[in-house]
Amino acid sequence: MQPTVTRRNFGAMAVAAAAAMGIGRVANAQTAASTIKIGILHSLSGTMAISETTLKDVMLMLIDAQNAKGGVLGKKLEAVVVDPASNWPLFAEKARQLITVDKVSAVFGCWTSVSRKSVLPVFEELGNILFYPVQYEGEESSKNVFYTGAAPNQQAIPAVDYLMSENKITRWVLAGTDYVYPRTTNKILEAYLKSKGVKSEDIMINYTPFGHSDWQTIVADIKKFGSAGKKTAVVSTINGDANVPFYKELSNQGIKATDIPVVAFSVGEEELAGIDTKPLVGHLAAWNYFESVDVPTNKAFIDQWHAYTKNPKRVTNDPMEAAYIGFNMWVKGVEKAESYDPAKVIPAMIGVSVPNLTGGLSTMMPNHHITKPVLIGEIQADGQFNVVSQTPGTIVAEAWSPYLEGSKDLISDWLPPMSCGNYNVKLGKCGGAGKT
Amino acid sequence: MGARPGAQPLDPRRGRLPPSSLLKGVGVLVALFMMCVSARAEPDLSQFASTSFSQIQQGVGSLAASGDPRAGDILAALQAGRLLVGTDKQIYIKTDTGTVSAATGQPTEAPGARPLRVNNNVRVAVDTALGIVRLLSTDPAQRAAAAEAVFHSRDTSAIAVLDKAIAQETVPGIKRTMQEARAASLLGTDGSSDADRLASIAILSNRGDMESRSFMSSIPNPSPPVAAAAGKAIDSIDLWQKVWTVVQGAFYGVSLGSVLLLAAAGLAITFGVMGVINMAHGEMVMLGAYTTFVVQEAIRNYAPGLFGASLFIAVPMAFLVSGVVGVAIERCLIRFLYGRPLETLLATWGLSLVLQQAVRSIFGADNRNVGSPAWMSGAEQVGGVLITNNRLAIIIFAVLVLAALMAVLRYTSLGLRMRAVTQNRRMAAAMGIRTPWVDAMTFGLGSGIAGMAGVALSQIDNVSPNLGQGYIIDSFMVVVFGGVGNLWGTALGALVLGVVNKFLEPIAGAVLGKIVVLVLLIAFIQRRPRGMFPLKGRAVEA
Repeated sequence: MQPTVTRRNFGAMAVAAAAAMGIGRVANAQTAASTIKIGILHSLSGTMAISETTLKDVMLMLIDAQNAKGGVLGKKLEAVVVDPASNWPLFAEKARQLITVDKVSAVFGCWTSVSRKSVLPVFEELGNILFYPVQYEGEESSKNVFYTGAAPNQQAIPAVDYLMSENKITRWVLAGTDYVYPRTTNKILEAYLKSKGVKSEDIMINYTPFGHSDWQTIVADIKKFGSAGKKTAVVSTINGDANVPFYKELSNQGIKATDIPVVAFSVGEEELAGIDTKPLVGHLAAWNYFESVDVPTNKAFIDQWHAYTKNPKRVTNDPMEAAYIGFNMWVKGVEKAESYDPAKVIPAMIGVSVPNLTGGLSTMMPNHHITKPVLIGEIQADGQFNVVSQTPGTIVAEAWSPYLEGSKDLISDWLPPMSCGNYNVKLGKCGGAGKT
Repeated sequence: MGARPGAQPLDPRRGRLPPSSLLKGVGVLVALFMMCVSARAEPDLSQFASTSFSQIQQGVGSLAASGDPRAGDILAALQAGRLLVGTDKQIYIKTDTGTVSAATGQPTEAPGARPLRVNNNVRVAVDTALGIVRLLSTDPAQRAAAAEAVFHSRDTSAIAVLDKAIAQETVPGIKRTMQEARAASLLGTDGSSDADRLASIAILSNRGDMESRSFMSSIPNPSPPVAAAAGKAIDSIDLWQKVWTVVQGAFYGVSLGSVLLLAAAGLAITFGVMGVINMAHGEMVMLGAYTTFVVQEAIRNYAPGLFGASLFIAVPMAFLVSGVVGVAIERCLIRFLYGRPLETLLATWGLSLVLQQAVRSIFGADNRNVGSPAWMSGAEQVGGVLITNNRLAIIIFAVLVLAALMAVLRYTSLGLRMRAVTQNRRMAAAMGIRTPWVDAMTFGLGSGIAGMAGVALSQIDNVSPNLGQGYIIDSFMVVVFGGVGNLWGTALGALVLGVVNKFLEPIAGAVLGKIVVLVLLIAFIQRRPRGMFPLKGRAVEA
């Protein structure tokens, strides 16, 4: 639907222009260099505001808390918040502004992969740092980006393994929204399932547009697909708003989690807050963090969040944990480098370890991804997750999936002497898949 | 131990009990112990206190198999999430008034007890076990549900209980379900006789639903005649399913059409009748949805008993809220822009962003939870067609709204004035009609209708600030396709677009389906620029 896109872009630009004219913010940027500036690049308006506004709040909370502890290297931190308004080209513009005008030392931001791809050249050109806090499709490793969300092998593949072993699933529906993350994840999953002996007639792949709201035929199709005498599950990479009508239709058509379980990679506590979850009890989600994880660090974080937002009902979710880890890693990296100059912080980041919120430690690996435990949770009637499975230790992220043709020969290692994000082990040189 | 006169000499062999009687004694002791246990009627619940789901699952199975009279209560409590495990590893049941011990049913304190954690495997085991336990219940409704649950579970261990239940069942419908359940279990048993299997296939083929098909397509090690019979039964089910799929698709199409009609009906007034390109139309829908949310919140807080009627209260409220906002927009913005479509488009577009951000600031960016009353959840099976209640309610609502709108236009004085003004503004003004007032009312009516659509959409879509965006394009599509200024055209346009979309979706996929619909629409508009039912006469030139 071309007109929608145009309309959104136009509106977003109008809002952004208004925001850029804000006098207060410009005045802030002029304050003395006695502070370290941190850019926050999350959409506060437009379609992605629903998810990204929360991350902006988390970042402000973490920065406040760090300042209360005395800041970093004896200097206070100062947040520079901009609103890219869910508009992908605007992300790049705002990133450039943060780095060149506001002179920030690091940027925390982006949610969708397309926004990350849009700012990537800016960060590489200007040599700044981006912390990216959302689970994504992998197939990327930039010198200037630290990925604190999950790669597919830290979320999708363990979830499929769980369904295979626990629920004896042999037939799979891969349902997703039609954009890069679901398409890449499903490609990896399809190759993985086939490597496990699943035949192609036992895999159904379905894509729907953003914000799809009429799920009647698709849910009926899933039901039909599930009645071939084999245990069936749905692996959902359905994004954001489309989930609510999807789950509503499932429950209206009488599909329970005990018949056809749905395991989702984009449905967390925040998304469930807008749904009556009673009919969804038992459907699954795979994340690296759940609010219901009962460890002291998580409890302290939740209390801090409730106090900061002055709302005892605000939920926490996985990208918030990723933002928390990313921020603490940056603080440690700066202390280790004894400088907040991005060029010095980037090499210092590798090997930095900070506590995550599930009771363990997460470490920044040489491929700029972090180690994470994988948790499988079942939706409960109260909108929280009941953790039914957890990996015994943490899992190291694979930036390049071994199940995809173009990427299985690639590795990423930003430590010298390799210092390369896409080293081809077959060709023995840096520079991606190349010609084979 | 001196030998006394007259005393019987002690038989050394009698001095200790012979081995055989020793065994007997132990046996008696064990039996006594068992009797004690069964006299106390305490089921073994130790496995329920485990943290391992597979242990709990086993506990469920052995509890059901034990035939313990408390099994039903305990399993029902587990199913409802009311089974608690205490810090002392004892199991309790939460009741409305307090807690009782699960093993004895006696009221007791349960300090620090937490609900038992279950996963899907445990849930399946509980459903099955409860089905088996309740097959012999005295309550027919429980028996019916139990028979369905056992059918569903296809548990081979249920056959014996099913035989017993079938023998004493008096209600024919429940008896049939039990026989179907028995057939499903028999088919799933590896090594059941061919005769049994063929009879089972006949029973399941009669039932003829997708689940029966699924059972028949997964018979373990079928002999050739069984496989042939199953194949035939599956083919016949598939054939029926094909027929039903068409009917089902038509229902889906009508349902989507009704949603499109609701979204577009208001636009048919503001754009179709008044000619105002109102890009903020979707936001009027969104306001209606948020009104529903506010009404429900108020009901939850002040009159929880009225929840089932919340939507009936929300409909007029939404009409008022969106209508008043509509009138305000017309008075403050649009009336200065009549005859300047491009400026109207840009101004209303900006307004839509303002409204979205305003709602985002007031209610927050995340989705709001609008509940569905009980009568709108679930579905009815009519033949092979599944009619979901919420969709059915929306179809009826759309028809009512359309009828009401037509009645207003045709039979009220406001309707008369509206038609007069749109047909010939100057003449109407000359006749003494206050055209600015009519403009405001017309715009308010169109916005109010959009608000009512918002109530319906809150039941099937997200209530978020972006709600309206998803419908604005579709609404314009429907109005243009149907013929600007013609309500019947709008209704038929919505229906055609809905049905075409739903029949294309399974073939082409949701993404391509939408593209195809758009391409077809463009082609159609190329040939008939004024839509299906263009207005004729001088009104068109105005």
